[in-house]
Amino acid sequence: MQPIVILGTGLAGYTVARELRKLDTATPLMLVTRDDGSFYSKPVLSNALAQKKAASQIALNSAADMTRQLQAHIHTNLAVNAIDVAARTVTTENGPTLAYGQLVLALGADPIRVPLAGDAADGVLSVNDLGDYARFRAALDGKRRVLLLGAGLIGCEFANDLRASDFDVEVVDPAPQPLGRLLPPKAAAFLRAGLEGIGVRFHLGTAAQAVNHAGNGLRIQLANGTTVESDLVLSAIGLKARTALAQAAGLKVNRGIVTDSFLQTSAEHVYALGDCAEVAGHNLPFVMPIMQAARALAKTLAGTPTAVQYPAMPVVVKTPACPTVVSPPPPGVDGQWTEDVASDGVRALFRDVAGKLRGFALVGAATKDKQALTQEIPALL
Amino acid sequence: MKKWQCVVCGFIYDEAVGIPEDGIAAGTRWEDIPAEWACPDCGVAKTDFEMVAMDAAA
Repeated sequence: MQPIVILGTGLAGYTVARELRKLDTATPLMLVTRDDGSFYSKPVLSNALAQKKAASQIALNSAADMTRQLQAHIHTNLAVNAIDVAARTVTTENGPTLAYGQLVLALGADPIRVPLAGDAADGVLSVNDLGDYARFRAALDGKRRVLLLGAGLIGCEFANDLRASDFDVEVVDPAPQPLGRLLPPKAAAFLRAGLEGIGVRFHLGTAAQAVNHAGNGLRIQLANGTTVESDLVLSAIGLKARTALAQAAGLKVNRGIVTDSFLQTSAEHVYALGDCAEVAGHNLPFVMPIMQAARALAKTLAGTPTAVQYPAMPVVVKTPACPTVVSPPPPGVDGQWTEDVASDGVRALFRDVAGKLRGFALVGAATKDKQALTQEIPALL
Repeated sequence: MKKWQCVVCGFIYDEAVGIPEDGIAAGTRWEDIPAEWACPDCGVAKTDFEMVAMDAAA
């Protein structure tokens, strides 16, 4: 029997494997990863400092632990070069060619980087996995000031985490407000005030252009003419799904690797989920959708084709300085936001043209309404 | 009464508070929460991942 092969050992890859093994203990299972195969949870990186965790304390299980738990073969530190969907093989860099019965692409996404001028531009870090995080924490050692590029989800979470551990934190973003893609204006303003209240400094409506060494630190030039002095620059400006392997293999790709609601790609026997995938038009790089997709895909792989269900799945933003939870309206839905501002929070509701609740954003004390509002929102899938 | 933290997403379950809107009364001990319960923030099932008891000081 040809194995089920999973490319990627992040939350998506390992969760599919775990869910599959609950249903099927017989089919050979193989995972392939470019890293050391440690099982960890990426959301934990956003408040590891506040939780007083060193990078070395974040992994939950080693690849060896997972090998035993999953009764699987895990190829670590192995890059995949190509997928041959006709031959049903995967070729690797200086490694074996792997035959598959079914293939799961759980490849994740890459941090988007913008070109920066300056003699210290190549020292700008990004954090998208545990290895990156360890390098980031090592670079932080002995430093006092951090400049974040990007005031999105990760930018704001890291800003809060760093500031709460006494780092001097500044954040740059071309948007007029933090979490600009997820929050309507008054909710975003409240979050901004909450983070500024603990000392985070924002430079909005502008972008970094150059990073240069300046004495023992760095000097960052912004497009609006401002100069910021800092010790370390962390880029958190967004993710791009890893679609190159799929595209080269002839699979349909869009924002992510395109799948139907059964997580199947345009090639038979090849599936995709997680940050790399666009499932029935949805690219949702968050934990809850991954859990839903992994459970459905495991059933399909075990022999019972099962479509994924996406109920409303609000995203909790880990900014203790200002609790925030957002259930964004699905892409393409026409409607508008109504924002209710109180002294202790903002309750923002998105209704479609028929008046139906399709999304919400809750900031501060308003987050208590999360459960009740979630129940009103129709499923995405 | 203890506090427990989801190892996947950091959600904190406080036994003293419960999750009333999920039908879990205040005072419900972690062991007594139904096996089908899933973390409200990230969807991880109770049976799958440890919640880690938090130190009183945390």
